[in-house]
Amino acid sequence: MGLTNQSCGRALISQKFNISFNKEDFIIALAGNPNVGKSTVFNGLTGLNQHTGNWPGKTVATARGSYTHKDKKFILVDLPGTYSLFANSAEEQIARDFICFGNPDATIIVADATCLERNLNLALQVMELTDKVILCLNLMDEADKKGISIDIKQLEKELGIPVIPTAARKKLGLRALMDATYDVASKIKKPTPRKISYGNAIESEIQKIIPYLEKKLNNKLDPRWVALRLLEGDTTLLDSINAFLYENNSPLAYKEVAYAHEC
Amino acid sequence: MNVNPVLNPSQPMTESEIKIGYDYPEHLKDEIVSAIYQEAQGIAQKVVSINKKKAKDWDAILDGILTSRITGYPIMFLLLGAVFWITISGANVPSSLLAAFFFKIEDYLTYLFTSLSAPEWLHGILVLGVYRTLAWVVSVMLPPMAIFFPCFTLLEDFGYLPRVAFNLDRLFKKAGAHGKQSLTMSMGFGCNAAGVIACRIIESPRERLIAMLTNSFVPCNGRFPTLLLIASIFMGGAVASQYRTLTASFVVSSLVLVGILITLIVSWGLSKTLLKGIPSSFTLELPPYRKPQIGKIIYRSIIDRTIFVLGRAVVIAAPAGLIIWLMANIHIGSQSLLAHGATLLQPLGHLIGLDGYILMAFILGLPANEIVLPILMMSYMAEGAMLELDSLQEIANLFIANGWTGLTALNVMLFSLLHFPCGTTLWTLRKESGSFRWAVFGALMPTCIAILVCFLTTQIYRLFI
Repeated sequence: MGLTNQSCGRALISQKFNISFNKEDFIIALAGNPNVGKSTVFNGLTGLNQHTGNWPGKTVATARGSYTHKDKKFILVDLPGTYSLFANSAEEQIARDFICFGNPDATIIVADATCLERNLNLALQVMELTDKVILCLNLMDEADKKGISIDIKQLEKELGIPVIPTAARKKLGLRALMDATYDVASKIKKPTPRKISYGNAIESEIQKIIPYLEKKLNNKLDPRWVALRLLEGDTTLLDSINAFLYENNSPLAYKEVAYAHEC
Repeated sequence: MNVNPVLNPSQPMTESEIKIGYDYPEHLKDEIVSAIYQEAQGIAQKVVSINKKKAKDWDAILDGILTSRITGYPIMFLLLGAVFWITISGANVPSSLLAAFFFKIEDYLTYLFTSLSAPEWLHGILVLGVYRTLAWVVSVMLPPMAIFFPCFTLLEDFGYLPRVAFNLDRLFKKAGAHGKQSLTMSMGFGCNAAGVIACRIIESPRERLIAMLTNSFVPCNGRFPTLLLIASIFMGGAVASQYRTLTASFVVSSLVLVGILITLIVSWGLSKTLLKGIPSSFTLELPPYRKPQIGKIIYRSIIDRTIFVLGRAVVIAAPAGLIIWLMANIHIGSQSLLAHGATLLQPLGHLIGLDGYILMAFILGLPANEIVLPILMMSYMAEGAMLELDSLQEIANLFIANGWTGLTALNVMLFSLLHFPCGTTLWTLRKESGSFRWAVFGALMPTCIAILVCFLTTQIYRLFI
């Protein structure tokens, strides 16, 4: 059977992530480090239209909410706050799996303007996974108080994605964020995220694996990104790939994977 | 590194594929991570500019003082001492008022029972057993908790607790444990069972077990009243009256330090023997300092903590009071059950500077540490004259009449600090570690340490005096 539309993308969102939606609704993921005001942004966008639940099979709580902008309904999924997508913890794995396999129409990364550098680490990692990214530069008011100013235009150019300054606690910039999300989700604007170059040694290894992965992944995942994770020795990703993309295919494979992990 | 080209692309990724990841050396991951970090640094440098003049960063200034290598620890100790000082000096008066109130009610109850000509044993069980234990638990525990918790929550709300974790991180690393352990310890100040559950935030199973097993070395609020009361009576009582509260707070703060020290030593010991391994690294976010929200603090500390803990203590104290009364009044031969138990434990008690009744009280207090002192007072009184303990001085007299010295007081405090955790904590330990054996270890190991420490203080004390 291989990869079909049924086994990944939007069908997965309802099956695997317990999110119900209409076909024409946009699914938006909200990612970010802890303590950057992600929940405030979430609340500011969705108001009272939200509910919380658990990720299936995990005890990590999640909030979902919705808002309507320009006659489109947006389903907002609040991912757990993480510093990276390296899958060191259940939270990181969930955030990665959702962006990776849930195939949201856009991903908003909420970043703390008072410590941009640290927040960019996560942003760069998300940008490797998907092109449809918006950076919400939150806590601009606090940055201002601390005398930190950020060249938004320059940052947009460097990252290749829309950057929206906000102060969610004061409800500033949220409308611009909705506009930008609308543009990206409805493909009016196509971000071209900057890709990191990892140096010759790693790049040549990537090139060796990519042809194989291209065949395997059948355009469902970015082969370069998967290659990088394999080079890192990240085995949780293979679990997730098998679980999300091949699940109905062959139960034997699942056993093999489990066996391989015991070794 | 060869990729098998004959693998069918429509088949799931399998073992051979996973090997792609396995064969690469660890440094590749480091290189990938550092490439990302460098990229982030490069971009940030290009777009961020900081206006130094405008930047009067109070957070950074405060952090500089509160987490400095030089001033960090003394400030921690002073703040802890200040909280205890406020608690002790504030709790005395309401405590005695409450006690007086409850004993007045006891008189009425006794009057009621006699006027109804109820049997003596019924009066004994219900009034002298259940009611009196409850009255003690409430009057001894409520005032200190109602003062201590808001103070502690205030520090928590202000954002000081993560700084404590930051300060202690270095020490825990050296002990082979996880830096987050200090956060689970500050949960332990509230309740050790909650502290054990909080250990879930530690990812590595090895370090989580260390944190869970050592959590009870932080005195929970069930033990604070015991420590505070004894410190005020004996350590405070030994100095001139104007220094009493100060001395008592100093003693209790020092005990907390002893607890932390033992935690570090035991963590180190465990990570070198039973739970070998290297400490894993983690990111600790220091949240900004916030203006504490007074309403929230009062709600959280009074409703969530004080009432909750008191409720638990009351629920356990009632049946415990009944059992103690029965044990003190059912005689086998010439002695009551309680006295038999105490006689049995007396040799060990004497060896470690305690007595049989104290050990009995700790054992009977297994369901909840809150009731250890009430049990003890009850058992002393059941054997001797009936007193109405409505002031600190009378409690002091009762203890002294039963042979307490400064050494006994010190050892009771040390034993309370270091002995086996309460039943709830042990049960939680079993559930969280998934193993009955770790729970047993979690009870035996602290008890052995408590006995050892008390034995040492006693022997040293007796050597000199």
